Amino acid sequence: MSLSSKHLLGIRNLTKEDISLILQTATQFKEVLQRPIKKVPSLRDITIVNLFFENSTRTRISFELAEKRLSADTISFSASSSSVSKGETLLDTVNNILSMKVDMVVMRHSASGAPHFLAQHIPAAIINAGDGINEHPTQALLDAFSILEKTGGLEGKKIAIIGDIMHSRVAQSNIYLLKKMGAEVVVCGPPTLIPKYITEALGVQVEYDIKKTLEWCDVANVLRIQLERQNQVLFSSLREYNLAYGITRRLLDSLSKEIVIMHPGPINRGVEIDSDVADGNQSIILQQVENGVAVRMAVLYLLADRGQ
Amino acid sequence: MKIILSGSQLAITIRRLAHQVLENHDQLKNTVLIGIQPRGVYLSDRLVKEIQNQVPDDEVPYGKLDITFYRDDIRSELHVANQTDIPFTIENKNVVLIDDVLYTGRTIRSALDALLDYGRPAKVELCVLIDRRFSRQFPIQPDYVGKSIDSIISQRVKVSWDEEEVKIVD
Repeated sequence: MSLSSKHLLGIRNLTKEDISLILQTATQFKEVLQRPIKKVPSLRDITIVNLFFENSTRTRISFELAEKRLSADTISFSASSSSVSKGETLLDTVNNILSMKVDMVVMRHSASGAPHFLAQHIPAAIINAGDGINEHPTQALLDAFSILEKTGGLEGKKIAIIGDIMHSRVAQSNIYLLKKMGAEVVVCGPPTLIPKYITEALGVQVEYDIKKTLEWCDVANVLRIQLERQNQVLFSSLREYNLAYGITRRLLDSLSKEIVIMHPGPINRGVEIDSDVADGNQSIILQQVENGVAVRMAVLYLLADRGQ
Repeated sequence: MKIILSGSQLAITIRRLAHQVLENHDQLKNTVLIGIQPRGVYLSDRLVKEIQNQVPDDEVPYGKLDITFYRDDIRSELHVANQTDIPFTIENKNVVLIDDVLYTGRTIRSALDALLDYGRPAKVELCVLIDRRFSRQFPIQPDYVGKSIDSIISQRVKVSWDEEEVKIVD
């Protein structure tokens, strides 16, 4: 048994069996992280480079920790302090790093499709840590793992994805994954932030009423408003967004059931989610971060070179 | 194909192993039992049940250890991990590792590495149902043996828990 792909470019080209294998393996790594010595020797012959062409706190630290917990050698690279600022191309940068005998590449890039481009030109295994507005597969996997852990299953679960669907790679990866695993998905947000043909393209329902959405779902995954990806004004103000779509304590208390609240971070407190909800007992935001390390260990372990 | 242990013999052998473990570890006061995933657990489940029957009033600390991430052939093919569940500390405890067949010794080498990530045991012992003699690739020997057999590399030893028998397959 192994993954159907040599790379993890997105959830889109994974099978249901791939996803199950990753989540199952992550369960075992989560146990490793509870041991007195939280480290296994599985990848001690592997060298991994983390290429971050875009800022990141959680994903980068999470990947670095996952690599170290697997005993891999790691190099980290951020575009701002490198020769990329002197004009070196992506392929040149990566080829130069690979010539120093690196086995795997973890990459975040602001251009959608950048890891797919690399996969066509270099021999190393590539893991997409977020590409533009396309996909963020490990985030979707850790979200699924967290839902599974909290609610016991994915099949038939009602998941709402709320906020900036248009610019969100987290939303796209989550939708692919949840649909493959048999969950029901509703996206909710202002019409300007929801792609027009999303129902036809991705098979999800669209709802514009936040109260109705929350009343329907078991789990609400609240997305960050991505101010850095918006060149035009898609809603009038952050204050107005908070009034119409922000998740507040009062809103949650008005529901007939208790739902689970998730957020991929970083949080804009008081915009898409209020502090007392983000820090409240229905929120599993910090568990998501914790699970991220185990899920990324599983992905790295499963993709590490088998010498074929 | 040759049957090494049949149903009734298997039950007697497991009972003997239980007695031997209890003989060396008085009431399991400072002792824990750990089965190696996946196949050692079939034996350890039976053995622990047998030991519990002997000491019905004592608690038998029992865990399961998966060694996948510690294998030395991890690059040759993908091995899918099984559950590890050690719900107690092994610090300064006597640990009895339990596996079904001892062959090259590589699994036990991995198991020792995995075990030490949980703490520093006072002593580690090994209990196996079948010892394939003269085929070790590491200096590892069992402390409790169900049955020792001589076999050649091309043969396989098959422990079938459904049919309650152990056989050599050519």
